Formats: sequence, structure tokens, C-alpha cells
Amino acid sequence: MAYADKIREAYRKELADIRTAGLFKEERFIHSPQAAEITVEFPSGAPQQAVINLCANNYLGLSSHPEVIRAAHEGLDSRGYGMSSVRFICGTQEIHKELERKLANFLRLDDAILYAACFDANGGVFEPFILTDQDVIIADRLVHASLVDGIRLSKALQESYKHNDMKHLERKLEEFQDKRIRLIVTDGVFSMDGDVAPLDVICALAEKYDAMVLLDDSHATGFMGRTGRGTHEMRGVLGKIDLITTTLGKGLGGASGGCVSGRAELVELCRQRARPYLFSNAIPPVVVAAANKVLELVSSTTERRDKLERNTLYWRKALTEAGLDIKAGESPIVPVMLYNAKLSQDVARDLYKEGIYVVGFFFPVVPKGAARIRTQLSASHETAHLDKAAAAFKKVGEKYGILGLKKDQIIAKFGA
Amino acid sequence: MVNDSELCEIILQYVKDEYLDEDDDTQIGPDSPLISSGIVDSFSMVSLKTFLERKYKISIPDAKATPEAFDSVNKIVALMKEFF
Ligand SMILES: Cc1ncc(COP(=O)(O)O)c(C=O)c1O
Repeated sequence: MAYADKIREAYRKELADIRTAGLFKEERFIHSPQAAEITVEFPSGAPQQAVINLCANNYLGLSSHPEVIRAAHEGLDSRGYGMSSVRFICGTQEIHKELERKLANFLRLDDAILYAACFDANGGVFEPFILTDQDVIIADRLVHASLVDGIRLSKALQESYKHNDMKHLERKLEEFQDKRIRLIVTDGVFSMDGDVAPLDVICALAEKYDAMVLLDDSHATGFMGRTGRGTHEMRGVLGKIDLITTTLGKGLGGASGGCVSGRAELVELCRQRARPYLFSNAIPPVVVAAANKVLELVSSTTERRDKLERNTLYWRKALTEAGLDIKAGESPIVPVMLYNAKLSQDVARDLYKEGIYVVGFFFPVVPKGAARIRTQLSASHETAHLDKAAAAFKKVGEKYGILGLKKDQIIAKFGA
Repeated sequence: MVNDSELCEIILQYVKDEYLDEDDDTQIGPDSPLISSGIVDSFSMVSLKTFLERKYKISIPDAKATPEAFDSVNKIVALMKEFF
């Protein structure tokens, strides 16, 4: 037998170690469509509970939007269920091309190429044109895991700079002037902190030191910036970014799929060489048809991103007034800082009892001593949802005596 | 050949400059855990590897550059000696 007892025991021990370390992740079952209010079974087997969802990436509230669902039905009826092929053999329908065109137009770039997920887009985006150790990739230290994987797969020299630290980035750019290509890599909105990359400064440095810029705007496309194009619009650098990767799995309907958009030659090189594009099935027509509708919606009105912005301001103000310690920022990702890992779990559990669904994050997902509850706003939240959630945060905050306390005081009370 | 204590000093200084904020008063010595303590995460470790490779004109294969092998300055010194 190939799966020998010794091996089985070793794996069982690893799983046990994950549990002992308190890092075991468990899925919670949702018994309703994704929305501001959902029905949850947690833990497994427990009675179902109706809760307000504050932890989805459903920024624009399009996950279960009637027009999107209708478009998906139409796509299914007119184009079938699956493509049974990679794109370049017989997996490209005209609606795939339409979606690529719409994405590029929306992002204000030359062209775009679809992937099964942004994870794939990021994993395969470097290899096609960052070719040798004569090139260097300089990435923010907090970029998404999929970018880290992609960078590791490239043959370039790998470098990193302190999170959003422009002086440090400049030092690295100076240091690598001997290289053929310098590529700066950053997220637009950082998913754990909700802060926004200073893309205006990054683009100025890129110009000064002759570097290209790659931006992962997964937590921004559709809503950051005045017309929702993303952090490049927000920071006034539309047209200056060389490559943007983003997902269809968050603001843009939340189903699945991702893309690389950017300079025509770079996108074409991805079509020729990116392995997750060449060796993975085309996105199903039902998702493509719905995503085309989503892009129509976000291109024709800013109503939803405007509501999300209002909700964000309202929520940040409500939590601050309640005396919670939130990370300042401009995005709909609002982390409530608790610093202590156990406290973050206790508070999340108590909030669930109050009908508020949030998740506590701690090391190694965030740095040690920086545990938090990450709340995320949606255009589908109504003021009443936010009022109820803020009242629950206040009640639970009071129970633990953390209202009005700053970082040092919370750490003094609970430990880091 | 670089001597151990000099190498140790250089790496220690690099770690302080690169991974600690200016107002961070964490004390680190040659045996302080770097990765398991969270001072250096497994991705930002690339800066340290690139620095050593460029400065000493060596190449540390990825299979050897594990988080365990980079977990303290003394461990890194030991690893590097394989490649001089
Ligand atoms: C910044 C960032 N990039 C990429 C991804 C991966 O996107 P996808 O879910 O489409 O694979 C995520 C999260 O899922 C993300 O947060």
C-alpha cells in the first residue's frame, strides 16, 4: 500500500499541530444567497441563524442582483453550460472577447485577458515577460499571496519594500539601476488593513527610475475612484499603470474569474505564454454573460459605488463614536483593532450571538500583536443594518471594557 | 573569505535596517528568531536573500533558502558558509 500507516500518522500529526496552534480553519455553512442578511449554520450542526453579513467581498451588492441573475440565465440558455476547452483551442466565445474588451475599457487600458481566477492571473503574470535575472521585481511586503507565488515562479531577482514606504521603495529602485527591467508590484487596497497604496508617488518614482508598475486592484475595481475604475483613478494616475490584475470574485458580482489588463504587448505575451491561461479551462458562459452585465451596470451609473462610499463613511464614524479602535482609511475594508488573538476570537463569537457575522484574524494572517476583526461594507447594506451592527459592537466592546481604549491600553489589558 | 563575526554583524545590521521600524525598540541578537517570531515574514525574506547573494556574489538555491534556515542570524551565517 502506497499510503502507508507511517505517512498517514505523520499527516494526522500535522493536522493535530494545526489545531493545537489554534490555526485550524473551519467552514461555516450559509443557507441563503450571498447578501447583506444571510442564514448561517455555525458551528456545523448548530441551529441556523439570521445574521447581518459584514465579511463578504460583495462590495457593490451585485452577488445576487436580479439583473445579474437574469443575465446569467440568459447566458446559460443561449451559450450553454461549459466550454470543455482551454481558450485557444475551442473555448473562446464572442462573449469572452466582449468581456475582455469591456474590462480593458473600464480600467482604461489597452487590452485584457481572462483567467479562471485572479489567483491564476497573478500566478502567471510575471513569467511571460520578466525573463531573466537581469530583471528585478520589487514588491510591497504585504502584496497578496498569489502575487508572491507568481513572483517566486519568475526567474527575476526578487526584492521587497516596507509596506507603503516610498523612501524604502526609492532606495531599492536606486540600488537596481543596473537591471534591464524594474517592475514595481503593489496591491491597490490592501485586504487586511484596508489602506490604499500611494500610486501617485509610485508612478512618479517609476518614471524617475525607469520602472514598470503592476497593480492588483482586486479590492478596488468597481468602486474606488470617482467612477469606480479603481485606485489608479482615485490617485489620479489613470493610464499610467502598465498592468492591472483584478478579480470578478469580489465587487464585480462575486462569482469567479480574474484578468490581467494592461499594455497591448504585455497582454499578448500573457496570451502566448501564461501557463494558467494556456493550460486551464475557459470561464463558463454563464459567468461571462453575467460579468458582461456587471460591467454594463458599473459603467452606466455610479449609484452603487456612491452608496458604498456613504456606507463606509457612516460605518467608520459609527464605530469611532462607539469608542472602538479602527484603522483609519478610505476603503470599505474597516479593521477593528483588538491586538490580542484570543480577544479577537471572543469578540467575533459574541458578535455572532448578537446577529452580526464577522471574523477575527490573527498571526500569521496579520502580524503578531495586530489581531483584528475585519469588517467590510457593501452597497447592499442599509443604514438600519449598520446601526444594528454598531450597537452590537458597542455592547460587546463594553463587555470587554475596550471602548475608548487606544492600542497601548488594550495591549496592557489583554496582552499582545 | 569573510569571517563569521563580521558576517554576523553585517546581517544583523541589515535586519535592523530592513525589518524594524525606526521607532521599534525590539532587541535582536545573533540567535533571535526572525521568521518564527514574525519579525521577517517568509516573503520579505527575499530581500535578505537577494542582499546576501549580491553582496557576496553567491547563489543560494531556493531549496536551501527555507524559512528554517533563515530563522536567525547565526543560522544564516552557517548556511552561507556552504556557498563561499
Ligand atoms: C488582493 C487579492 N488578489 C487576488 C485575489 C485572488 O482572487 P480570486 O479569488 O479571483 O482568485 C484575492 C482574494 O481572493 C485578493 O484579495
